[in-house]
Amino acid sequence: MKFAVVVFPGSNCDRDMYYAAKDALGEEAEMLWYKDANLDGYDAILIPGGFSYGDYLRCGAIASTSNVVKQLREKADAGVPILGVCNGFQILLESGLLPGALLRNEKLKFMCHFEDLVVENNETIFTSSYKKGEVISIPIAHNEGNYYCDEETLARLRENNQIVFTYKNNPNGSVADIAGVTNEKGNVLGMMPHPERAVEAILNSADGLKLFQSLVQNWRETYVAGA
Amino acid sequence: MLQAPEITPEMVEQDKVYREMGLTDKEYDMIKDIMGRRPNFTEIGIFSVMWSEHCSYKTSKPLLKKFPTEGPQVVQGPGEGAGVVDIGDGQGVVFKVESHNHPSAVEPYQGAATGVGGIIRDVFSMGARPIASLNSLRFGNLTTGRVKYLFEEVVHGIAGYGNCVGVPTVGGEVQFDDSYEGNPLVNAMCVGLIDTKDIQKGIAAGLGNTIMYVGSKTGRDGIHGATFASEDLSEETESKRSSVQVGDPFMEKLLIEACLEVIHSDDLVGIQDMGAAGLTSSASEMASKAGMGMEMNLDLIPQREANMTAYEMMLSESQERMLLCVKKGEEQEIVDIFKKYNLEAVAVGTVTDDKRFRLLHKGEVVADIPVDSLAEDAPIFYKESKVPAFYEEYQRMPEYAPNVTDHAEMLRKLLQQPTIASKEYVYDQYDSMVQANTVFSPGSDAAVIRVRGYDKALAMTIDCNSRYIHLDPETGGKIAVAEAARNIVASGAKPLAITDGLNFGNPDKPENFWQMEKSVDGMSEACLRLDTPVISGNVSLYNESNGQAIFPTPIVGMVGLHESLTHITPSHFQNAGDAIYVIGETAAEFGGSELQNVLEGKYFGKAPAIDLEVEANRQSQLLTAIRSGLVVSAHDIAEGGLAVAIAESLFTGKGFGANVAVEGDLTAALFSETQSRFIVSVKEADRTAFENAVEAAAFIGTVSNNGKLVVSNNAEEVINEEVEALQQLWKGAIPCLLKSKA
Repeated sequence: MKFAVVVFPGSNCDRDMYYAAKDALGEEAEMLWYKDANLDGYDAILIPGGFSYGDYLRCGAIASTSNVVKQLREKADAGVPILGVCNGFQILLESGLLPGALLRNEKLKFMCHFEDLVVENNETIFTSSYKKGEVISIPIAHNEGNYYCDEETLARLRENNQIVFTYKNNPNGSVADIAGVTNEKGNVLGMMPHPERAVEAILNSADGLKLFQSLVQNWRETYVAGA
Repeated sequence: MLQAPEITPEMVEQDKVYREMGLTDKEYDMIKDIMGRRPNFTEIGIFSVMWSEHCSYKTSKPLLKKFPTEGPQVVQGPGEGAGVVDIGDGQGVVFKVESHNHPSAVEPYQGAATGVGGIIRDVFSMGARPIASLNSLRFGNLTTGRVKYLFEEVVHGIAGYGNCVGVPTVGGEVQFDDSYEGNPLVNAMCVGLIDTKDIQKGIAAGLGNTIMYVGSKTGRDGIHGATFASEDLSEETESKRSSVQVGDPFMEKLLIEACLEVIHSDDLVGIQDMGAAGLTSSASEMASKAGMGMEMNLDLIPQREANMTAYEMMLSESQERMLLCVKKGEEQEIVDIFKKYNLEAVAVGTVTDDKRFRLLHKGEVVADIPVDSLAEDAPIFYKESKVPAFYEEYQRMPEYAPNVTDHAEMLRKLLQQPTIASKEYVYDQYDSMVQANTVFSPGSDAAVIRVRGYDKALAMTIDCNSRYIHLDPETGGKIAVAEAARNIVASGAKPLAITDGLNFGNPDKPENFWQMEKSVDGMSEACLRLDTPVISGNVSLYNESNGQAIFPTPIVGMVGLHESLTHITPSHFQNAGDAIYVIGETAAEFGGSELQNVLEGKYFGKAPAIDLEVEANRQSQLLTAIRSGLVVSAHDIAEGGLAVAIAESLFTGKGFGANVAVEGDLTAALFSETQSRFIVSVKEADRTAFENAVEAAAFIGTVSNNGKLVVSNNAEEVINEEVEALQQLWKGAIPCLLKSKA
């Protein structure tokens, strides 16, 4: 399986994402600089965290106007798995690929530590290796991670099972404790916590690895004959 | 503000304009001699920043020469952007600490932010990828609104810059004392990783080669920042807000990636960041180091504001700028690399062979100075030194014998002292895990970063107990180095080298200079004995406000190497049933202790004694025991003594407790700050082997799983506390102080 990691100016979790796919998972991965990125030929697309364009204007807003995001929309329509983490999630929201918005943390401070997440939906291509209700330890590192959507959207997210991860102890004020959501089709996941930072025991948790393993397994089942 | 063009060389001399720039009459005369004529306004401005303490180390140089700087592990000692130590496999660890005290006193957010940015540039200008940041902060007590503001904004500034630039902030320390109330300390350290074959130098070599400018445009911010850093803070300081630079971490992130790509180009000759004294220092130092000269055309300097004068451009400390020396004719390749990152590299000058520093602006020569006089040949001054009366008084005092009746209550109080209390409020705001290599983040004795792809890791710490140094700078200097090494060893690593951040008061006062002298002596002796040479550092003097000096604060940043990932040892207890040992005997030593602070509200008497032989042997025995797999956890015993160290070892949230028995005088056993001690936990099965490996280890009790800390003394139970309750006090103390009304 071949992963693309899209690198924007100011992305800073690009290498972490690359190593998670390449070393921890043992799959192919490439980092693509946003200017000349061609997303054709990749089996999954990873949008890493960081501060694209310095978070100037609004987190993810400037990146969402780039040419590579146009390609991203096409790939999303075509059903290619897309994972956006932290600033990657913000970019996906700004691009309209996912519903809702991210506000500043309730306490108005950046926060970085491990949080317990609950796997609310394990019937996605991103979470099929987890058990439903499983509690996993994944770090957060954000200032604008307070997920917001209106009642109507929330009802729709619930109805369609789009809420994939929730916080066990909501750290940032997110609506309905939401830590990660998918699009309606289920092939685009955005989440604030960083699974790519939790892929080896030495980093104090390997609970994020199953997310990437789920992607690989689903891809094999779909595309690799005899798998 | 002074305006350059109107001020003639005659006026510079007659009106003593140079004094406003921080130069003395004597220095002016020296400059006139060097020039063979009266320097013009731009030239005198250039001299004033290059001869400021911040750039020239003119008062501290005679002391810095005492530091041991060599060892088989040292690849690059002091003198370049940062020092480099060999860590095997063709790799080196690059590190340095730098102060940003005065900017942080007037504009705490930007002062702290640009401190982080500056030290990161020092590291990547060596060609290294920055892999970790640490910081050491000092504030007044959290009782006034001003101090709370400084504290919160400094932390925001470090977070705002460090998080964006993608370098994890993995460790640090914060201490509070009235002596820092008007003059906080903000020292930032950066650690980088490099393949030693890629090490860059800040040189402008090769006649005719091109000097290129990259990064942010030059504006009027930070003009005379280096001079500002080299004078006392006073009531008028607020008016120097324009001397504070403004940071752009996004630009820095682009520069990091672009520069780390450019270093692989054969066309790059030298690279240096524009830090203190901006364009002036980077350009003149690069030329001087190469034994060459340089000519720059200031019309070509990218400028943010209109009508900037030569003086303003040369003295601006606008951030996120780099200066490169590039092979003549190969400029385009460099331009193209930077262009990928939306950065513009501009040719602004050439290397000459006349050893002159020549600047052109609007068709005229605006400065023409012998380049070595700015850098290598800057003057050195030998200051007068005098033993302070208070020191002699401290030495004459009888041993301080504190009277504690309720030891449990004292433990609770100590855990809430801001210097001891949890700093989670601070470090939770820092991204400590980006780059996905962080094994131990803040809250451990030493931060640990694994080296990806190898069976090894780096331990790093930054530390200084300035109370001991206030009482006795030589002993305190030794302790500062030894304690840093203890942190490294407790994590299972071998200490490699240090970077020093010397923060002192006005050196023109002989008592202050004596403190510097003695601290350096103590540190040097400890560095020699513990085999941790000084590979880089920073000097910040004139840390005074309204005539009152800070506690002498020579901060030690130390890096160590875990030769295998299996050696990495946590500082917290890990399993119920493990045996608890104290390494090192305890004496009744309370001078400069946290207990003294609680009971007396001040520090006096003698600092705790330290024997470097004992220290070195204990560290080496503990490290051997760790490497043999005999140690489950290890934590150094520091402020607050054994009781605090045991409590901290229990703060895991896993429900552990401890049953401990101590002998002899209870107050000393629990709260003395005797040096060279550790608290370790050992598996029951390994006890005999451990006792054979570590001579001074005494068994004191067992880790339990009942969540209670129980201490008995001579068979009588003296403490029985819920660990969870203690942890809440310890965790809540700083947020509680911040919320209380000033």
